[in-house]
Amino acid sequence: MGIQVNDISKRFNNDFVALHNVSLDIKSGELIALLGPSGSGKTTLLRIIAGLEFADSGTVILDGQELRTKNAKERNVGFVFQHYALFKHMTVFQNVAFGLSVRPKAQRPSDQEIRRKVMDLLELIHLEAYHDRYPSQLSGGQRQRVALARALAVEPKVLLLDEPFGALDAKVRKELRRWMRRLHDDIHITSIFVTHDQEEAMEVADRVVVMSNGCIEQVGTPEQVYHHPVNGFVYDFLGNYNEFDGWKDKDGAVHLAETEIVEIPEETIVQASTQTGWLGRYPEISHVVNKVVPGLLPEKIAPVIVKKKKTIRRPPDATAVKLFTRPHEIFVSKVLDGDEYVTARVTHINPASALVKLELERPGGAILQAEIPKTVVDELNIKRGDMLYIRPKATRVFE
Amino acid sequence: MRKFREPSVLPGFGITLGITLSYLSLIVLLPLSGLFVSTAGVSFAEFWATVTSPRVMSAYRISFGASFIAAFINVFFGLIVTWVLVRYKFPGKRIMDAMVDLPFALPTAVAGIALTALYAPQGWVGRYFEPLGIKIAFTPIGITIALIFIGLPFVVRTVQPVLEDMNREYEEAAVSLGATRWQTFCRVILPELTPALMTGFAMALARALGEYGSVIFIAGNMPGVSEIIPLIIITKLEQYDYTGATSIAVVMLLASFLMLFAINLLQSWSRRRRDE
Repeated sequence: MGIQVNDISKRFNNDFVALHNVSLDIKSGELIALLGPSGSGKTTLLRIIAGLEFADSGTVILDGQELRTKNAKERNVGFVFQHYALFKHMTVFQNVAFGLSVRPKAQRPSDQEIRRKVMDLLELIHLEAYHDRYPSQLSGGQRQRVALARALAVEPKVLLLDEPFGALDAKVRKELRRWMRRLHDDIHITSIFVTHDQEEAMEVADRVVVMSNGCIEQVGTPEQVYHHPVNGFVYDFLGNYNEFDGWKDKDGAVHLAETEIVEIPEETIVQASTQTGWLGRYPEISHVVNKVVPGLLPEKIAPVIVKKKKTIRRPPDATAVKLFTRPHEIFVSKVLDGDEYVTARVTHINPASALVKLELERPGGAILQAEIPKTVVDELNIKRGDMLYIRPKATRVFE
Repeated sequence: MRKFREPSVLPGFGITLGITLSYLSLIVLLPLSGLFVSTAGVSFAEFWATVTSPRVMSAYRISFGASFIAAFINVFFGLIVTWVLVRYKFPGKRIMDAMVDLPFALPTAVAGIALTALYAPQGWVGRYFEPLGIKIAFTPIGITIALIFIGLPFVVRTVQPVLEDMNREYEEAAVSLGATRWQTFCRVILPELTPALMTGFAMALARALGEYGSVIFIAGNMPGVSEIIPLIIITKLEQYDYTGATSIAVVMLLASFLMLFAINLLQSWSRRRRDE
């Protein structure tokens, strides 16, 4: 059941704009992550879809139906809260059964049916043995699973999760999001979850909606938003980065601002003629001679490649730009190889991961982060306090 | 095994426990035991005759009956007052919040005189009930009204912090699961508030049982009709019947203690069910 969000705006009492003309189209069965820093409006958008908050303008259409006139009770959406919001005075069973037991008599399933359904759900979340426990007797991860089962019990059209893993510790969090991904693959319910953790959004969601300041910055698959961010905010939010001052030459190529003169190694093919004497000037003669005595004269002369350096001077009117690069896209060297570079001193080395993390300080005091394969670090014998030549391997420019 | 004295960063376990015990003994236990000592002077038959005489029996009924009714009414309306004070914003809210404490601060005799003036047959309110044949002042109804007046802040002040701390998410969760407002209130909000409501009830009840000043004016003190236990004790004291007074006091003390103990048990049971 798809959801269309059209032009939603919301302003809170103190004139704080929570959402500004937000539109979003969610396809049936999708798992969507609303990703953004706190105050970006992601939770407000989720609550508006749930009917717990009301938009000042705009519409939400669920499954072809306009929702404005319906309150949270009539919308039939499942909502999962960051702090579980399990009813403390009810057992796990009663919590999960709550949504079914409050239905009007005519629509309420029989007690046996409720029991069967609740036990099925508890089996789904692997907590059937805990059905008579109270929420306070469960761990955080178990509570959140109960909250999820409680929301699923009413067979909602969509499932909305507000930072569902926010209150859990790192390990449980990873387990639970893997579990949620599998669950979604099994039951295919349209789901939207809010998170400020980009790793979580990338790992779980089909599509990620990046939000900031009440606006949607980009919507796309994790691959799209990570590798093709549309602006600096998205790029910044999805990972660590380094910033360099740069300039743009007339061909559109970007250069580091530190280098006034750029010497680009260029491969120039030098004509063989100058290298092989007069015969090279007349390849036809060689051709004829070779017809008589094959292989006597070199007919095709291998071109000689000479490396030259092309010098680009920064014009005084060059456009200044900011260059961005991810820590793993940094090239470090201890010797100059003639390309553009900046210098930086190693201030900290963290070798406790797949890539060694270097913290580097540039002469002006700016900090760079680099992630370098361990082999490179060993080969160059990088130590704290070393001066290194740094070059971004790939850069992005946002106008 | 749990040690009697847990290691702690703050020193002073010995001295604070010592002070607590001696203070409680001096201020609470000593006077109460004096009550038992002075009552021990009479024989049991004499004691039994005093505490079960018809006039005293009817005073028990009025005291306990009116106190229970007042405490129940206070729980009901106290919850509504608290709800409004916590959940809504309106002009004059702070003043209304402060007004709740007035029954605490007002000398009880002042309250009694004011209530009598209002509810007496010629009073501002009483005169409209007089033609209907309803007498408020000088009947158990008047007593109950006075007890409601002095008991209200106990309920409001115990429920208020709990309601303030109660997370809105519980209500939102219930509503998103399809519960009506009424179902949400009965099945989600009320159970959360029950321990606090019970504390408020117990405190309002305890206060009502011991209340004297505000009641004697409005009660009229007709033996068997509108005479409360504290008044009987005073009357006996004025007649120099000290053992009679202490006998009844002992009965009241035991009854109050048993009731408060039972309410505490109920409360800890309802609390333990969820906070384990």
